[in-house]
Parts: sequence; structure tokens; C-alpha cells
Amino acid sequence: MTTTAVRIDPANPTKAPGRSRGDKRRGVRSPYPSWFYIPAGVLYLVFFALPTFSSFYFALTRWTLFSQQFIGLGNFVQFFQTPALTQGFINTLIYGFLTSAAKVVLGLALALLLTSPIFGRGYLRAVVFFPVLVSTVGVGLTFKSLLDPFHGVVNSVLGFFHLPQPGWYTDPHLALLTVAGVDIWKGVGIATLIFMAGIVAIPSEYFEAARVDGAGSWNVFRNVTLPLVRPAMATVIILSLIGGLRSFDLIWAMTNGGPGFSSDVIASVIYKQYQAGFFGLSTAGNVILFIVVTAIMVPVQWLLNRREAEL
Amino acid sequence: MTFRRFARKYLVGIIAILVSVVVFLVPFIFVVLQAAKDPKEAGLMGFTLPSTWQVGQNFFEVIQTNNYQLLAAFINSFILTIVSVVIMVVFSAMVGYLLQRKRSKLNHVANFFVLAGLIVPPAVVPTIWVLQGLGIFDTLPGMILIEATLGLSFSILLFRAFVATIPRELDEAAVIDGAGPMRLFFRVILPLLRPVVITVVVVQAVAVFNDFTGPLYFLPSSDNPTVQLTLYNYQSQSVSQYNLLFMSILLITIPPLIMYIFFNRQIVAGMTSGAVKG
Repeated sequence: MTTTAVRIDPANPTKAPGRSRGDKRRGVRSPYPSWFYIPAGVLYLVFFALPTFSSFYFALTRWTLFSQQFIGLGNFVQFFQTPALTQGFINTLIYGFLTSAAKVVLGLALALLLTSPIFGRGYLRAVVFFPVLVSTVGVGLTFKSLLDPFHGVVNSVLGFFHLPQPGWYTDPHLALLTVAGVDIWKGVGIATLIFMAGIVAIPSEYFEAARVDGAGSWNVFRNVTLPLVRPAMATVIILSLIGGLRSFDLIWAMTNGGPGFSSDVIASVIYKQYQAGFFGLSTAGNVILFIVVTAIMVPVQWLLNRREAEL
Repeated sequence: MTFRRFARKYLVGIIAILVSVVVFLVPFIFVVLQAAKDPKEAGLMGFTLPSTWQVGQNFFEVIQTNNYQLLAAFINSFILTIVSVVIMVVFSAMVGYLLQRKRSKLNHVANFFVLAGLIVPPAVVPTIWVLQGLGIFDTLPGMILIEATLGLSFSILLFRAFVATIPRELDEAAVIDGAGPMRLFFRVILPLLRPVVITVVVVQAVAVFNDFTGPLYFLPSSDNPTVQLTLYNYQSQSVSQYNLLFMSILLITIPPLIMYIFFNRQIVAGMTSGAVKG
């Protein structure tokens, strides 16, 4: 932000611009009126901040939208005593970190590939990004058919090569990982795009200098690309972690949290409790999700931003 | 050396293309093939060509199902997308502009809220409570306001990064020429924000159009179906008609696809200018 920029007072152009309070006293409007905050602020306060703050109260009640009864921490106790709900808590962490890590690694690899001068680059860029635009429900249903344990294309191909044909989303040990895999397939395009932007922004002199000094491809990657692509990496980590910890629609479209509770995450537990009419319990789930996401994101953000500042 | 470079360029490229065909194109080809089959063949879920191509027939059948519900859903989804994205663009451009231009104590508060809006998961049932209090639960206007609100934070980030590239001298010139704050913003600044407006429009339109969770919670009755809800309900109702299911998947993929084809370059440019600095 430029601090030297001069704002000219139209009523008195020769005078150096004073603080806006001074302008107001003379009845001159600032060209940057504070009421510009109001439209967005009202929406934000009414439809985001108010529900968020009230959720801390409603989480402590037995609630039907029409009547509420204060029960203290009962909902939270229940949440952590029910194995299905605890499972959802653990699954959320697995799902969030797994998808995020995979998107960082694969996204960076793909971005390196797609910024190097290879044949068919334009096509590859387009095709990697395209799944990002497709409806999550559509993707979920498509992969449900492709991975069908009995007639699915994937298992037919595996059977042709006499390989084991797992029950991708019917096996409780595999269901969460399968959905995570589809999530990575769908979301890696965004990570790739952000990494590509980061790599392209590195001045080419750095690469040339490294080459002149006799660095091989690995050394160039390790000592030039990797450190300089850190801001992009921070963005990818933050966005994919937030998305992964909160994700619901793909899981719901593919498994409804099943089989059993094996692929339930906090967000799907919230929906199930809402559907069953336990609004207080559902809201308690929301508060837990809020705490989990904040407890993870605040240190992550702080860590990533600090490193960025050191560069 | 030259051979190695040649090998790297073509060999790696060709391998990458082959992998991409298997990984990224096969699922899409599968959707198209399924959408063209008869119910029996589609039910087998094989990766085979349909024995009879009945694209047209499936198309009309899926449109007519449940009293033209998919058509109604498309109209609702379009209204929802267009109105909420317009609100999002105008409101968040105003905030992004102010955050970048004006130095006031409010900025810290606003920046904090923007960040919180990005991280904090929306509290769904209390939001329903608020919507009911306002009498707009389970209505399209209510859904529009929710979608607009949830998109604000990300849009503000993109706008804030981009406003920095517009010289302040322009503001000053406009003020000297007698433009008020409204004229300055809507006539001078907003047109200059065009590249990032396009990015925000495309990214958020795709997000709103594809949103499933929002309508699932906030439009629960069947009065106002959106395309994602219709698709989801469709798969739970008619288990045997996979051809129609895949025809609807194909149909609801087309609007985002068209947007992507038209704005491909701008999305990439805008995302990169905003997201990396973000």
C-alpha cells in the first residue's frame, strides 16, 4: 500500500490533505465513504456472524427451532460418548490432512510438468482443471458407478489383469480413502493452477544463474523452485485444508457416511443429526467443527505467513 | 543433448497425454456413453458403446420426468446463480476497494471478518433459525442471500489484491473533475476492475451453480428445486434408470463447461493475480 499517495482536497487544492476528520468538518466528503462497508457488512452480520455466535448458545440446548431447553454441555458429552460421532471426528482429520497433502504433492508435480515445455501442454492444462468445474454430486455419482464393486469399469479392468477387486466404497476400511481419492481427483486442478502461477512468477534469471553454477534439475528444484514457490504452497495448503476439513457433499453423494459410520465426517454427522431433528446436537457438531477448523487453521496460517515473511 | 531435449519434450508429453486420457477423460466419456444408452444397458455400467444411440430420447425423457422438474430446477438455479453473483460482485468490490484505498480503524475489523468468513464453517441450523425469523426460509430469495454472503470473503480477497494495481491518481483526477464517491466507484473504478470481476463471476457462478449443501439445508421442500438437489433426489428415487441419471449429470455439466470455454484465460489470469498474493 502506498503511503505517499496524495489526496487532493477539491475545495482547497493547495492545502495538503488532512485527515478525513478535518475534511468532514469543512463538509467535504471523502472519496472513500465508509458506508461502502454497509451492504456487505449487513449480509455478513445477519447471515453469517449472527448464526455463528448464536450457535454457541444453541449448542447448549435441546432445540426444536420452536422450543429450547438449556442442558449445558450435554450435547458435547453425548457427541464424544457415541462411537459413531467420535469416528466422524477422527475421519475429518484423516480426510482433511490426506486430501490436502496429496493436493500439495500432486499439484506441485503437475505444475512443474505443465510449466515445462512439453508436447500437448495446452490440452493438459485444460483437462487437469476441468474437474474443478463439474458438479460435486455429478462427480460422486459417476465415480460410484465406475467403482461399483461388481460391474464397475475399474474392477472389470482389475479383474482382467487378475488383480484383487476391492469393494471401493462398500469396504469399511476403504470407503473413506476412496472418497478422499475422488476428492483429490476433482480438486487437484486448483492446486496445480496456483502452483503454476507461483512458478511462472519466479524470475527466469534465478534459473539461469543456477544452471550457470552447474546445478542439475534436482538442485534447481530443491534450491530455487521450492523456496520461491512457498507463497503459492501456503495458499494451496490453506485452501485445501479448509475445504477438506469442512467437506460434505462428495461424501454424502458417494457413501452417505457409510458403510456403517466408516466414512462419516463431522459435517455429515451434523447433517444426520439435523435430519433426525436433533437441532441442538447438530449445532454442537457445528461448534466442534468450528473449533477443529480454527484450532488447525490459525497456527497453520501463522506458521506459513511467518515463513513467508522471513524470505 | 538435442536428442534428450526432444525426448523430454515429446516422450514426456505423450506419456502425460496418455495418462490424462485414462485418468481424466475416461470418466467423462463414460458419462456421455451412459447418457446415450437404454436403461438396461446403462444398468450394466460397462464401458461399452451403446448398441442403439438414444441421446435425443433420453434427453426428452429426463426433461419430462416429474412434471418437468429438471427444467424448473434449471430456471431456479440460473436465477439463484445470477442474482447472488451480482450481489456478491458489487458488494465485495465496494469492500475490497475501501480496504485497499482508505486507511481507517475499520480496516482491521473488516480484514479480520474476511479471514473469519473464509475459515469458519457456516452454522447451518442457526442460519435456518435466522431465515425463519425473517420469513424467508425455504424460499429462493433466502437462498440467494445465503449464497451471496458465503461468497463475500473470497471475492473481497480477490478484489482487494487487484485494486492495488489501479493508480490512485485516477481517483484524484475523477474527484477534481467533480465526481462524487458513487460516480467515482461505479463509473471509474468498477469498469477498471473488469478482469477480476470476470474471475469472480466465473469462479462464484460455478460454485453457486454446483452448490449442493446449501440447497439441501435451506431449500428442503420440493417447491424450489435446484439442479444439484434434483440430481441427488433422482438417484435415490429411480435406481433402475441409470441412462436418465447420467443424462442429467451431462446436462448440469454443460453450463459450467460453456463458462469455462469462454473464460478459460481470464479465470487463470485472475486466479493467479488474486490467489497467490491473497
